[in-house]
Amino acid sequence: MAEAGIALIKIAVVLGFVLNLAALLTWAERKQSAVIQDRIGANRASVFGLRLFGLFHIAADALKMLTKEDHVPQTAEKFIHGAAPFISFFFALMGFAVIPFGDVLRVGGREIPLRILDLNIGILFIFAAIALEIYGSVLAGWSSGSHYATLGGMRGSVQMFSYEIAWGVSLLGIFMVYDSLDLNRVVLRQGDLLWGVLPKWGIVTQPLGFLLFLAAGMAITKRVPFDLPEGESEIIGYFVEYSGMKFGLFFLTDFVLTILISALLATLFFGGYQLPYLEPDGFRFPWGATWSLDHYTVVFLQFVALVLKIVFFCWLLLAVRWTYPRFRYDQLMDLGWKVLFPLAVANVILTGLVLTLIE
Amino acid sequence: MAEETTILESSEMILNMGPQHPSTHGVLRVKLKLDGEKVLDAECIIGYLHRGMEKIGENRTYPKYAPYLDRMDYVAAVTNNLAFLEAVEKLLGLECPPRAKYARTMLAEFQRIASHLLWLATHALDIGAMTIFLYCFREREEILKLFEEIFGARLTCNAFRVGGLTEDLPAGWLEQAKAFTDIFPSRVDDYEGILTENRIWLQRTKEVGVISAANAIDIGLTGPALRASGVKWDIRKAMPYESYADMDFEVPVGTRGDTYDRYLVRMQEMRQANRIIRQCVEGLPGGDFKAKTPRVIKPPLGEVYHSIEGPKGEIGYYIVSDGSTIPYRVRVRPPSFMNLQALAQLARGHYVADVVALIGTLDIVLGEIDR
Amino acid sequence: MEQLIFYSLAGATVLFGMLVVIARNPVHSAIFLIGALMCIAGLYLQMGAEFVGGVQILVYVGGVMVLFLFVIMLVNVRTAERVRQLSPEWKTALLLAGALSVELVYLVLKGPGVFATAAPEAIPALQGNTQNVGAALYTKYLLPFEIASVLLLVAMIGAVALARSRMD
Repeated sequence: MAEAGIALIKIAVVLGFVLNLAALLTWAERKQSAVIQDRIGANRASVFGLRLFGLFHIAADALKMLTKEDHVPQTAEKFIHGAAPFISFFFALMGFAVIPFGDVLRVGGREIPLRILDLNIGILFIFAAIALEIYGSVLAGWSSGSHYATLGGMRGSVQMFSYEIAWGVSLLGIFMVYDSLDLNRVVLRQGDLLWGVLPKWGIVTQPLGFLLFLAAGMAITKRVPFDLPEGESEIIGYFVEYSGMKFGLFFLTDFVLTILISALLATLFFGGYQLPYLEPDGFRFPWGATWSLDHYTVVFLQFVALVLKIVFFCWLLLAVRWTYPRFRYDQLMDLGWKVLFPLAVANVILTGLVLTLIE
Repeated sequence: MAEETTILESSEMILNMGPQHPSTHGVLRVKLKLDGEKVLDAECIIGYLHRGMEKIGENRTYPKYAPYLDRMDYVAAVTNNLAFLEAVEKLLGLECPPRAKYARTMLAEFQRIASHLLWLATHALDIGAMTIFLYCFREREEILKLFEEIFGARLTCNAFRVGGLTEDLPAGWLEQAKAFTDIFPSRVDDYEGILTENRIWLQRTKEVGVISAANAIDIGLTGPALRASGVKWDIRKAMPYESYADMDFEVPVGTRGDTYDRYLVRMQEMRQANRIIRQCVEGLPGGDFKAKTPRVIKPPLGEVYHSIEGPKGEIGYYIVSDGSTIPYRVRVRPPSFMNLQALAQLARGHYVADVVALIGTLDIVLGEIDR
Repeated sequence: MEQLIFYSLAGATVLFGMLVVIARNPVHSAIFLIGALMCIAGLYLQMGAEFVGGVQILVYVGGVMVLFLFVIMLVNVRTAERVRQLSPEWKTALLLAGALSVELVYLVLKGPGVFATAAPEAIPALQGNTQNVGAALYTKYLLPFEIASVLLLVAMIGAVALARSRMD
């Protein structure tokens, strides 16, 4: 019973974190774009004259979407049309189950692993979740009964084909270096030091893998320059026939995926919850100084480190959107198959060679 | 089941782009025949914004007709007006004083910049670059403010009167115009910094929608779309009107005739327009701002065709006068209408995403096409 | 509890499998196919074969996506819904299905031990089963594995060649 309770608490913490950050990102995207584009940005919503940099727009948007008419076109497949946004949203959230947000928490003689699900296939679980997530947009495109939406759905599926393989292969190097698919083990092994100074983070051992994963990951989030399934100036997107909160779910899914990709980037390439030189009993600097901390402080610091890393990558992914034009359908596939995929394979071979040589 | 059924359908798909579509720049409807995303055939359907502009001309006196023309190419009202008024002046045999000529030249070039800015903003937005849109609008806003001070309107400026300007330039206006020309080249550098060397932008525009010089002439393209194909034809140079003969400027031409060249030509044109404005501001002569005109405009019997180089190409008016205060017939030669003729030809073999880029690169305004 | 999960997953698999065949709309068939495949993945997970379960979802769900595209692009769904579903050869099919089910019932009643099977090897507890799969593929079953991959490569090249000749 206690196990179930702890699991529920963990789920609540992760869900709360992700959903709140996603809501915050909708605001951050507006404000960030406003700064980039030399304007003020959302600042109209106010509570008793208090504007708070437009933060109330998050609530205002949610309220607006919830109260809007939920329109289903006559030509739509009613059931699938209704289910599609939930499929997208559900599977996007599912990916967070295996992201470790700490090692173990020792409370009252009990060791609590700080992740929802301890699976030794770790990353495969996320891949599977994202493969299923894309069904949401494809089904939405197909079931809307509109040519524009269908084109959007088709673009979505083609994009998944073109990038998921390069995405997966770009990570093989990481798993070869850290010798596990389990995300927590990958993070733990990134706590080692290289030559006694440099933290052995993924970015150090797999710089090419990082770039490939970042590029393919941006394609997975379906944001500019890879926002072809949406392509608002061309085909308006797979969700063209959605309104109200169902559209809102698709909209949020984009941000949830952005957070998921950021979390993966942080976990796999930037040491996850690891802080440089922070051992389970406190800081141990390479020049000999130590600063011992108790268990709870360490766990807390690690959690904060992970959150900051995730927020940083969210910022990066959002900023890209306002600087690039959009790829074309064929160019996108060319990039995925002819550039990213061969590079990813070359990265695997190179990593293998180096590892053998070191041994 | 007796009827012959096949569950395999031909892979052609008809996609109606518009009239309500964010990237058809108004109410253009393009019927696309698609194979997957490849365009097999495109058909432009126009007329959703038809207001009978030419017919209205047969029922209004010459000065009263001019404001209607602002609503044709509503992003280039000044040049629309100018072409008509020059045609009327030609009918009357009227010569404007030099101050009016310089001011008109300057304002026409401001309008060219404003129109090109709007083109760049929407073209880039169509291709997915959102930030450039707001940068362009920032500068366009400055121009519209300048317009507002003179004309009292931002968009549909009823700019001039037969024989010159409505009234003299407001005090302090020239300084503001000069200040704009000071900063504008650096702003164009900004736009070019975002796009000109951007690899995605290059991929999306190079070799897309290539028009050969001969083909461009056959279709009847004018303006930047023609010059990007390598034909050096600019009415400002070929048949100078207003004070263009006094101005020192270059006519940029392209070589390949693709979307990227059209982009480069227009970017260069903005810089040249800025140069012309600068020269006008510095060399603005004194004297009257309006020629002596009769109280009632009543051109003699006859007909005239007069065209000028608008931002989008040759904007021309053919007026038949029966000697009364009302034109017998007005016919417009709108550049957008001619330029649109290239779309169907260009779209074939490209992707849906390119169609959007092509509509953008031809720089059309539906108010002018449908009239 | 374990029994309950197994039977509900197995039952759902069979149900989805039937719906794949019965559904009139090809897109619905594809969706039911995903459902069936996910239930099978669930069965793998229950057996502790996490790796196989994960790969099952990844590979098959991706595969069904291709099917999906074909359906959307090539099949006229409205016509397909009206097409007579029963094949004219239904009598033969019924005969074969009957024979197969008799066989199955016989085997189920006879219980385990009908075929000689190798005793399951003890799996080292600490090692994740990803490593086990990898080790087995690259040591014991290296040749079949490589042959299978060459076969797939041939199929892929064949598909590309077919598509190319149509494009020219």
